[in-house]
Amino acid sequence: MTQVSMTVNGKAVSVEAEGNTLLSTFLREGLGMTGTHVGCDTSQCGVCVVHVNGRPVKSCNMFAAEAEGAEVATIEGMANEDGSLGVIQQAFQDNHGLQCGFCTPGMVMSAAALLAENPKPSEAEIRAYLSGNLCRCTGYHNIIKSILAASGQEMKVAAE
Amino acid sequence: MPADGTANGGIGAATKRREDVRFLTGKGNYTDDINMRGQAYVVFVRSQVAHGVLNGVDTADASAMPGVIRVFTGADFAEVGGVPCGWCVTDKHGEPMQEPKHPVLAEGKVRYVGDAIAAVVAETESQARDAAEAVAVDIEELPAVVDMKAALVEGSTKVHDDLGSNLCYDWGFVEENKDAVEQAMFSAAHVTTLELVNNRLIANALEPRVAIGDYNSAAGDSTLYTTSQNPHVIRLLMGAFVLGIPEHKLRVVAPDVGGGFGSKIFHYAEEAFCTFAAKALNMPVKWTAQRSESFITDAHGRDHVTKIELALDEDNNFTAVRTETYANMGAYLSTFAPSVPTWLHGTLMAGNYKTPVIYVNVKAVFTNTVPVDAYRGAGRPEASFQLERVIDKAARELGVDPIALRRHNFITEFPYATPVAVEYDTGDYNATMDKLEEIGDLSGFEARRAASAEKGLLRGLGVNCYIEACGIAPSSLVGQLGARAGLYESATVRVNATGGLVVMTGSHSHGQGHETAFPQVVADMIGIDASMVEIVHGDTANTPMGMGTYGSRSLAVGGSAMVKATEKIIAKAKKIAAHLMEAADSDIELKDGQFSVAGTDKSVAWGDVTLAAYVPHNYPLEEIEPGLEETAFYDPANFTYPAGAYACEVEVDPETGKVSIASFAAADDFGNIVNPMIVDGQVHGGIGQGIGQALLEHAVYDEDGQLLSGSFMDYAMPRADDVPFYTVDHSCQTPCTHNPLGVKGCGEAGAIGSPPAVVNAVVDALQRAGHDITHIDMPLSPSRVWSAINS
Repeated sequence: MTQVSMTVNGKAVSVEAEGNTLLSTFLREGLGMTGTHVGCDTSQCGVCVVHVNGRPVKSCNMFAAEAEGAEVATIEGMANEDGSLGVIQQAFQDNHGLQCGFCTPGMVMSAAALLAENPKPSEAEIRAYLSGNLCRCTGYHNIIKSILAASGQEMKVAAE
Repeated sequence: MPADGTANGGIGAATKRREDVRFLTGKGNYTDDINMRGQAYVVFVRSQVAHGVLNGVDTADASAMPGVIRVFTGADFAEVGGVPCGWCVTDKHGEPMQEPKHPVLAEGKVRYVGDAIAAVVAETESQARDAAEAVAVDIEELPAVVDMKAALVEGSTKVHDDLGSNLCYDWGFVEENKDAVEQAMFSAAHVTTLELVNNRLIANALEPRVAIGDYNSAAGDSTLYTTSQNPHVIRLLMGAFVLGIPEHKLRVVAPDVGGGFGSKIFHYAEEAFCTFAAKALNMPVKWTAQRSESFITDAHGRDHVTKIELALDEDNNFTAVRTETYANMGAYLSTFAPSVPTWLHGTLMAGNYKTPVIYVNVKAVFTNTVPVDAYRGAGRPEASFQLERVIDKAARELGVDPIALRRHNFITEFPYATPVAVEYDTGDYNATMDKLEEIGDLSGFEARRAASAEKGLLRGLGVNCYIEACGIAPSSLVGQLGARAGLYESATVRVNATGGLVVMTGSHSHGQGHETAFPQVVADMIGIDASMVEIVHGDTANTPMGMGTYGSRSLAVGGSAMVKATEKIIAKAKKIAAHLMEAADSDIELKDGQFSVAGTDKSVAWGDVTLAAYVPHNYPLEEIEPGLEETAFYDPANFTYPAGAYACEVEVDPETGKVSIASFAAADDFGNIVNPMIVDGQVHGGIGQGIGQALLEHAVYDEDGQLLSGSFMDYAMPRADDVPFYTVDHSCQTPCTHNPLGVKGCGEAGAIGSPPAVVNAVVDALQRAGHDITHIDMPLSPSRVWSAINS
């Protein structure tokens, strides 16, 4: 066991962890931050996406020790300071971009990373960017619509 | 409007979901988020071979490993019942199905890859996982039975030695119509025949299954926290049939559930294990499935092999349908498995059409594979797929328009008694087809096809209808059909002194938005803001006995129970209001949360009445009791029959065989709608899953019974870039005639209606390009399509 320290949602944390403790386990079990979920063991589903130093990572695919000293952001840190939903979160609620909610933390964190690097993504760019995030409930329709809305764009059904 | 932005309208409002706030902020409470003080962790040792004699399990080394508390084997469950099956199908000879014992941990034999042999309980999960590796299992491998038809050959290896064969049942429906169907086939002007496979699927809810057993030795109470769509069903099945715990000493809690699609209906051995082990060890025991474990332990879906024949007369009237299906049960009978290929499938073989005689034969087969059970649609997708595919094939053979052929045979008068034992109460199939032609712009297809052709792509249009029976269902009927449970739903409406309501229901959300939609119903009846109503569900300790959420039943059956309970509340509240206003009960009207005396300006507010109920200083105590709380159980008179018409346009790349969904339109009739936003979302999700079945998903076993598609790397789930935006509409509404809300249910329609649309579209694209291809089995992968083009 070694002491692993990092900043999570702006707050310094330090918890003992095994060398093989995954970042997702560190967050969920070490810090009790269960907003980050785990949906597979092959880094294929994306429900565990968090940001490490501003980049989206699948937290089940990274050791906690690798995040030593890093700035980590999770779904728990996405609301506004007054507790109200952030822009992306609000867009997901407004557009019914979630159903069971299990993939939602990963979707929101991936969406935030996308919009940080591409503030006005096209529908095709959003779909391509989310290809590492599985959702089984929504058929993706309202997730794409939510992200378009969060970027100030309207949905257009492809009419060819 | 409250701070969370949730509007709180009544029936028909697109109210935003209140549960979203916790799901969007990381404050959901899923089962794996729960840790009990002092809990141990269990890891199961699972069979790596599909079939074998279990000669012995040596747990000595594992037991000596660090942190190991105890290693359990099948012998520890000798005094415990097996995992029960909740439905008994009677075969065509009047005999009950063959029903093997399903032990919690394997006894004597292992029967599929994933069958649990031993369970290691340790202080940490990693200790349990390490020790599980040290359990020595001695298995004498036997030939695996994987192919259904081979399994039925005389002399085939048997999955269960104590059964006569691998045949679970041979079901004929309606057996009395068999000869009439034979005659109709013989005298038909045209018979179209199609052999097809309904591919085996895995539900893959994104939340893996979890179970936590807990035991209070002082009280003798057991508690199970589990990922379930129906905690009361789990309590009844596990308590009564497996562990022998009466309901009052057993509590089952299903907190937030991360998707289910059927796979979390069933009672699984891991639930019984954790409950049993918690008592045996006097400590909480937690199991969290890894995804690779989910693939080999969650019940799979579909897996039918079918031959269907459609007979038509010289005027293109359908005169008979005959189908023969082999349905895979897997190695054991999962909770509702026998009902899926029979009553949930055969009864829908009339579809939307007035076919006078129908005969359905289903042979259910045991194989050395994971048990197969209900997956979104459950039986109805299998019925719709074969019927809508064979109709499409018939239209092409006869040279008639597929839509026209359907319209020509539509049922147009209701109620309509089908020749397969159900009675459709309402519907208007021409209306949904008209709507589909409009929203899908079907008349513009040729122009779009020309545009695709310019890009070198083959465009096709597939259209189909569907009907489903849901709102499952009348207890008396399902009892006759073999269900070992009732299928009512319940609600307790508790009005608090200051006017707020808590509605406790036996149904349970696994993503459907019950916490938002149900208050819309109750609040609408009283005329108050929906934010005054809270839903409690998912815990047997504080909800009335109810059968849970599946079969698109929660609003139609559970919502109706809420209506009945709320009607009782209103009746009693009117008596109180009458007393307060010194009027007759019959003169009291309730509107917008105000009770008034007809023809006067006297009124009292909802809150005045609720307060009087709990502070009965001025109260008709000689007539009625204080308090305001009512329970209702609702058992419907019939199934509900949502129906609709779907259209898919595809582009096929002839060079690669890759199919892209260019557009998808769905026109549904769900009867009345409570929350149109949620209904849209349910249809979107179902279509996404249906496209997944049609193009991508396939659970594949090799001949040794190894699951080749055992991870998300091998099992192709639909991803965001595999699907388009969908055009959905539910403005055609023929309300259900027999439930008080007039609702029909919308949860499964998308998954039922979409696979035939996709396949019809691909066949259309290929035929328009001159290829003589009448069918390709799902999933229509690039290699299958390319091979069909180039064969």
